[in-house]
Amino acid sequence: MSTAPTTENRPARARFGVRAARRKSLYTALAFISPWLVGLAVLTLYPIIASFYYSLCDYSVLQPARFIGPANYVDLMSDEVFWKGLWNTGYYAAFALPLGLVVSLGLALLLNTGVRGMALYRTFFFLPALVPLVALAVLWLWIFNGEQGVLNYLLSLLGIRGPGWLADPRWTKPALVIAGTWSVGQAIVIYLAGLQEVPVHLYEAADLDGAGWWDKIRHVTLPMISPVILFNLIMGIIGALQYFTVPYVMTPQGQPARSAYFYIMYLYDNAFVYLKMGYASAMAWVLFVIIILLTALALRLTARRVHYEGE
Amino acid sequence: MRAQSTASRVVVHAVLIAGSLVFLFPLMWMMSTSLKPIEETMRIPPQWIPSHFLFRNYYDAVMYEHKMLGYIPFLQYAKNTLLLAVLGVAGTVLVNALVAYGFARFRFPGRGALFAVTLATMMVPFPVLMVPLFGLFRHLGWIGTFKPLWIPAWLGSAFNIFLLRQFFLTVPRDLTDAAIVDGCSEFGAFRHIILPLSKPALAVVALFHFMYTWNDFLGPLIYLTDQKMFTLSLGLQFYQSQHGGTEWNLLMAAATMVVLPIIILFFFTQRTFIQGIAITGLKG
Repeated sequence: MSTAPTTENRPARARFGVRAARRKSLYTALAFISPWLVGLAVLTLYPIIASFYYSLCDYSVLQPARFIGPANYVDLMSDEVFWKGLWNTGYYAAFALPLGLVVSLGLALLLNTGVRGMALYRTFFFLPALVPLVALAVLWLWIFNGEQGVLNYLLSLLGIRGPGWLADPRWTKPALVIAGTWSVGQAIVIYLAGLQEVPVHLYEAADLDGAGWWDKIRHVTLPMISPVILFNLIMGIIGALQYFTVPYVMTPQGQPARSAYFYIMYLYDNAFVYLKMGYASAMAWVLFVIIILLTALALRLTARRVHYEGE
Repeated sequence: MRAQSTASRVVVHAVLIAGSLVFLFPLMWMMSTSLKPIEETMRIPPQWIPSHFLFRNYYDAVMYEHKMLGYIPFLQYAKNTLLLAVLGVAGTVLVNALVAYGFARFRFPGRGALFAVTLATMMVPFPVLMVPLFGLFRHLGWIGTFKPLWIPAWLGSAFNIFLLRQFFLTVPRDLTDAAIVDGCSEFGAFRHIILPLSKPALAVVALFHFMYTWNDFLGPLIYLTDQKMFTLSLGLQFYQSQHGGTEWNLLMAAATMVVLPIIILFFFTQRTFIQGIAITGLKG
């Protein structure tokens, strides 16, 4: 037939059309995501690779980096201050995370009892979480203040003789745990949102079975919000290991006796005070590995206990 | 789960009221101290409420004249912080919306892998990036300028891209398809149809970036060198390290001035705030 060329051409044109449309779609997509391609490459991927390289270098930023192999990591292992910082940070996390979990989940459970004035209470608990960290640190310096500290006055009303808090190496970390726990408001709001998504019929079914208050919390509430608890726990681990601003402001140089010298404070000092940027990068990578290991551990330990709806 | 009996409701209220007092007390104490004459800050037992409200403390804190250090420009710090917040928020909203829409709306080769890499970078702690970023910004001559503190916001952030993409995925395609058939460009459809629809999600992103800028301490500490360019957080720390331990009333006045704008902002945007935090926790 004489129309053969057109029938031959039509699929070709269609194929061309699809390809052109695809290419056009690709260009449009690229136009939309191009800022992030730059951001990802220049401000994230390059620094990750460079930082690993620097961790194997003697680097002061003023001079070009000089490759020295794993020496920074070897030095870290015998650096007392590194271990002190790690110990302080671990100590802080070991107390601040469980305490924060109990306080925030406990308050969220109480707020979720259908109590009147819930939104108002929630606001009260959330306000401290809004306080910028430097202001928080300055405020708690005043509350813990040795001679005129209001906290020790309040404790004395209960017949307790308060410790020297920030002046006593044994009490600096507990003081920081208290100041940190004060701003758990964000976790409260997240738990509360999770609690409100627990279907009411589950509680009704539990009621029919004659379940008490604690039974319902243990067998309905906690399993249902376990993914939220895990999320908060992991964010808490990541945050606690990078605790910097509050101790930096409250305890200059982590004094006394470096009792509040946290990991990132030492990392910061290495990088920007001693200009040992390679050493600081090695510390950053050690921290990154610790975070990955702890996150994996948290996921693993909770794998059988965390309940995901719809699985 | 509802509290059934009257007795249990009374217990719940009692615990919540006690808890509220514990949580609010430090803020009350800050404001009370900020309004006291200096001699009343030292009293034991404490002077809970100032004998008279000394609002002059706020003026003195802002216009503080110190013999050795000279003028501490608190108002200048507020101006710097606001400038950084405005520049950063504008970039954050605009760029992350664009990028997130690009991921949500278009198919292109490598999209899945690129998005996975984007999510994975959220795990990387800032200290890992800190040294090379400092080197890079130093190379560009940006140290001692505001640039490292706002330009990165114009290049997107993984978390915000993720958050906004989740939102855009819920917007039906038909809405933009119709406009495109009518001759509207993809960007036009994004600009005139998607953006107006996305105000609640964009508000969350804007609010959080504003808070982040207001709060950020490590960034300004690393990148800013000139005292005149400090932000409020860095300025407050500087003020404290210079005058700490003496005039607590002035220090608390300065701290209150850093805290209060955020609390006022919270009261005006409470719904956005609470929803935003809930979203990051539940869908994050």
